[in-house]
Amino acid sequence: MMSSFTLEIILAVAGVLLLALDAFATSLNRKVVPWIAIIVTALTLVALLAGGAGGPAWTTAFYSTDALALFYKAFALVTTLIVLVLALESDPVLAHFSSSDSIRTRIGEFYALPLIVCAGMMWMASAKDLVSVFVPLELVTVTFYVLVAFTRRSAFAIEAGVKYLILGALSTGILVYGIAWLYGATGSLDFAGIAKATSNPETSKTALLFGAALLLAGLGFKVAAAPFHVWVPDVYQGAPTPVTAFLSVGSKAAGFVVLTRAVEAFSANGSVIASHVQPALLAAAALTILMGSLPAIFQTSVKRLFAYSSISHAGFLLLALAAGGSARFGLSASGLVAFYLATYLPTTLLGFLILCVLRSQGVSDELKDLNGLAKRHPGMAFALTVAMASMAGLPLTAGFMGKLLVFVAAVEQGYYGVVAIAVTGAAAGFYYYFRPILAMYSSSEGENAKLAWSPLAKVTATLLMVGILVLGVYPRALQSVLSPAPVAAASK
Amino acid sequence: MSLLEVIIFIPLIAAALIGLGLPARGIARGAALANLLLVIGVCLQFAKGETLAHSIRILDNPQISFAVGIDGLSVVMAALTSIVLVAAIWQIVDKPAIYYVSSLLIAGGAMGAFLTTDIFFIYGFHELALIPTLIMIAVHGHGDATNRRAIAWKITVYLGVGSLILLAGLAALVLNFSEGDKLTFDLHALLAVAKSAPLAAGTQAWLFFVLLIGFGTLVSLFPMHSWAAPAYSTAPTPVAMLHSGVLKKFGLYGLIKIALPLLPLGAQTAWVQQALLWMLVGNIIVIGFVTINQTRLDTLLGNSSVMHMGYIFLGIAAGTEIALRGAVVLMFAHGISIALAFALCGKMRNQLGTLEFSKLGGLAGNAPFLTVIFGFATFASIGLPGLANFAGEFMVFAGSFSSDIRDGFKPIHWAVIAGLWGVVMSAVYMLRAYRHLFFGKAVAGHFVTDPAKGQRLPLLILTAVLLVVGICPSLITDLLSNLAGK
Repeated sequence: MMSSFTLEIILAVAGVLLLALDAFATSLNRKVVPWIAIIVTALTLVALLAGGAGGPAWTTAFYSTDALALFYKAFALVTTLIVLVLALESDPVLAHFSSSDSIRTRIGEFYALPLIVCAGMMWMASAKDLVSVFVPLELVTVTFYVLVAFTRRSAFAIEAGVKYLILGALSTGILVYGIAWLYGATGSLDFAGIAKATSNPETSKTALLFGAALLLAGLGFKVAAAPFHVWVPDVYQGAPTPVTAFLSVGSKAAGFVVLTRAVEAFSANGSVIASHVQPALLAAAALTILMGSLPAIFQTSVKRLFAYSSISHAGFLLLALAAGGSARFGLSASGLVAFYLATYLPTTLLGFLILCVLRSQGVSDELKDLNGLAKRHPGMAFALTVAMASMAGLPLTAGFMGKLLVFVAAVEQGYYGVVAIAVTGAAAGFYYYFRPILAMYSSSEGENAKLAWSPLAKVTATLLMVGILVLGVYPRALQSVLSPAPVAAASK
Repeated sequence: MSLLEVIIFIPLIAAALIGLGLPARGIARGAALANLLLVIGVCLQFAKGETLAHSIRILDNPQISFAVGIDGLSVVMAALTSIVLVAAIWQIVDKPAIYYVSSLLIAGGAMGAFLTTDIFFIYGFHELALIPTLIMIAVHGHGDATNRRAIAWKITVYLGVGSLILLAGLAALVLNFSEGDKLTFDLHALLAVAKSAPLAAGTQAWLFFVLLIGFGTLVSLFPMHSWAAPAYSTAPTPVAMLHSGVLKKFGLYGLIKIALPLLPLGAQTAWVQQALLWMLVGNIIVIGFVTINQTRLDTLLGNSSVMHMGYIFLGIAAGTEIALRGAVVLMFAHGISIALAFALCGKMRNQLGTLEFSKLGGLAGNAPFLTVIFGFATFASIGLPGLANFAGEFMVFAGSFSSDIRDGFKPIHWAVIAGLWGVVMSAVYMLRAYRHLFFGKAVAGHFVTDPAKGQRLPLLILTAVLLVVGICPSLITDLLSNLAGK
C-alpha cells in the first residue's frame, strides 16, 4: 500500500499536472478538470484510509505518523473534496467574475490549486519540527493568496486578496521571527527538542517566552484567534464562497494541528513557560468567542455572519485546547480539538454549500434575500436550517456534541469565568444563527420563482446533513478521535 | 428496541414524512392516535411492573447512551403529552403543513425528554421545540407582524439562555457524580453514586440553586417569567396548547426527577428554601394580580398558566411525599386543563376575531356546548373539587403544611397561606372571564356557534380526563412511588 508520504507527493504533482492540462489542452470540456480533481482527491482519501499514515524510514525525523496526523490528513482530504464540489456548484459565478468582458475564461486553476493546498495541509499535519511546519504553511498560504483574489473582476475579491496578502505576510514574518527565537533559546527546531528544553533550567525563560509568544501570535492569525482576527470578516466576505469555505474549515484545521503540537511542546512536563501559556490561551479563547459572537448579532449578510461564526468557533477550539488534558477523565486537548473540528466540518461546509447553490441561481447572501426560501425550495431551506442549528449548538446536532464536551472539560478544570463567557457567546448564537432560519420560513413579497439544485449538490448536502445528525446522536463513530489510543513512544 | 423508542420516534418520523410532502392531516392524526394507544399500553405494562428499559451506547468516553426507561413520573408525563398532542392536532383545521410538523416536533421532543434516562437526551430532546416555536410564533402567530417577531425572539433567546444555565448545572452534576475515571451521563448511575457519596450540604445547595434557575426559567418561575404570557397568547392554538400544557412541565419534571434525588439536601437548605419560596409566592401573588388585570381571554390564560406553576413549585419546596405527589397530579391536571382552555380560546378567536371582555358578552345563547366545556375548564383552573386540579392542589397544600406548627410558623407555612390566596384570585379572574364572555347581555354581531361533532370529541376527552382523575386521583398517585426518596 502506498504510504501517506507518497500520496501527498502524488497529490501535489497531480495539482501541477492539472494546471498544465488546463493551460495547454484548451479544447477540453470545461467539466473535465474539475471532475479529475474530485476523482484524484477521492482516490487519495480512499488510499489514505486504507493504508494509514506512513512514510519511508528516512522521513521519521521530521514526518510524524501518529493518530493525530492521520486524522488531520483525512480531514484535509474530505474538506478539499467538498470544497471542489462547492467550486463546481459556483462555476458560473466564478467564471463570470474571472473573465474579461466577452470572453469566458477557463478557470481550471481554481480546481487544481486546492489539490496543492490539500497536499500542503497534509504535510503540516505530520510536521514534527518547525521547518516542516513553515514550508507547507507557506505553500498553503501563498496558494490561498491566489485563490482569494481569483475572481479578479470583483472589487471585493481584490480587496480581500490584498488584505489577506498583507496580513498573511505580516503573520508569516512574526511566525518566522518566533521560530528564530525558539531556535536561539532551545538550540532545537523540532517540537520534541523544544519540549525538552522548556524543562531545562539552563534555557533562558525570557527568550523562550518571547519565541513562544511570537509563534502563537503567528499561528493565531491563521486560525482567526482574537486579537488577530480582524482580517477575517472582510477577507471571508470578499473571497469567492468556495475559498471562504476552504479558509474557514481547512486552513483553520491546519493551523490547529500545528497549534496543538506547539502547545503540547510548550506545556510539556516541567516546562517553565506552561504557567504563562495556559492563561494566555484562556484569555485568547474568551476574547475570541466574544469578538466572534457579539458583532455577529448585527450582520445582515449571511456570508459575513459565517465569518464571525468561524471566529467564534475558533474561540471554542482554543478553549478545547486549553481545557483538555484533564487527568481524571482522559479528555486530551488534542482529542477534544480534533473532535470539535470533526463536528465543525459538516456544519460549516453544509452552510457554505447552500450559499454557493443559492448564489449560482442569483440569490445573494443578504439576509432579506433568504425570505421565503422555504417555499421556493423546502429541501435547501431544511438543509440550511440543520446547518445553522448545528452551528448554534442545538442539541442532537454535531455542533452541540462538540460544545458540550468542551464545556464539560472546561468546568472540570475550573475555568468558570471563561465558561461563563462561552455560554454568553452561545446564548447570543441563539439569536444570530436563528435569524436566517426565521427569514427562510417567513413569507416574502419579492421573488417567488422556484429554485433547483443539481444532483451533486443534493447528494453532498444529504451526506453532510446525515453527518451532522449522526455525529449529534451517535458520536461513538469518532470515539477513536476523541480518545486516541495512547501512543507507545511519544514524539521522538 | 423498546416500545418507548417507538413512541418517541413516531411523531418525529411523521413530521419528516409530512415534510417530504405526504398528506399532512392524515399522517399527523394517525401518528397522534397511534402514540396515544401505545402510551396507554405502556401505562398498563408499567402497572404490571415493567420498566421497558433499553439502552444503546452512543459514546464510550464520556459514557453517553440513548437509554429509555419509565418510572411513575415519566409514565404520567408521557400520558399527558400523548393526550394533549391528540387534542392539539385536532385543533388544526385548514392550515398549512407546517402547523402539523411543528406540533409533532414539539410533542416528539417532549416525549423524548420524558422517556429517556440519560441526562444528555433528557436535555437534548427538550431543545427540539426551540426552532418550531420560533417559526410558528413569528410567522403564524396572532397580532401584528413586528410584535409577533419580538415576542418570538423573546421566548427563543430567554429559553435558550435558561437552557444554557441548565446545561451548566447538569454538567456540574455529571462531573460530581461520575465514578472512577469515566464521565457518565446515565441518570441511574449518577443516582447510585449520589446515594453512596453525597456532596456536602453547601455544594448541594449551590448546585440545586443553579438547576432551579435553569429549570425555573423553562417553567416561567418568577422573576424569569416574562416570556411566557405574551408567547402563549400570540402563538397559534396547537403550539400554545403543547407549550403551556406539556413543554412547561419539563422543567418541573427535571427538578423532581434529577435535582431532588441527586441533591436531597439542596432544596431544604435555608437560603435555597427562602429564595424558592419568595419566587413561587411571586408567581402566585404577583402574577395573580397581573392576571386579574387582564382584559383579554388569551392573555388571561397565559398569565394564569404562569401563576399556577407557583403551586407546583410549592410542592417541590416542601419535599414531602404527599406534596410531591400532589405536585405531579397538579402537573398532569394543569396540563390538561390549560390545553383545554387554549383550545376553546382558539375556537372562539377564530369565530369572533376578538377576545376582549369589553367587546363580548352573552355567548352562551348560541353555544351551549362551549359554555359547558368552558365552565369545566374554569372550575378546573380554580380548583373545584371533583376535577383533577383540586386533587393536586389539595395534596400540595396539605403536604406542605405538614410539619408541626407548634414550634412556630416556618417560611413554608407562610408560603402556603399566600398560596391559598391564589385560589381565591384564580376564582376571581376565571369566574369574571366566564361571566363576561358567556353570560350577561349579548353584543350584536359577536357570537359563537358550537363546534361540529367531530371537533367536539377532543374537547370531551380532555374534560373527561379531568373529571375521571378528579374523582379518582389514585389513578395517578398509584403509579408514583417514593418521590421524596426517604
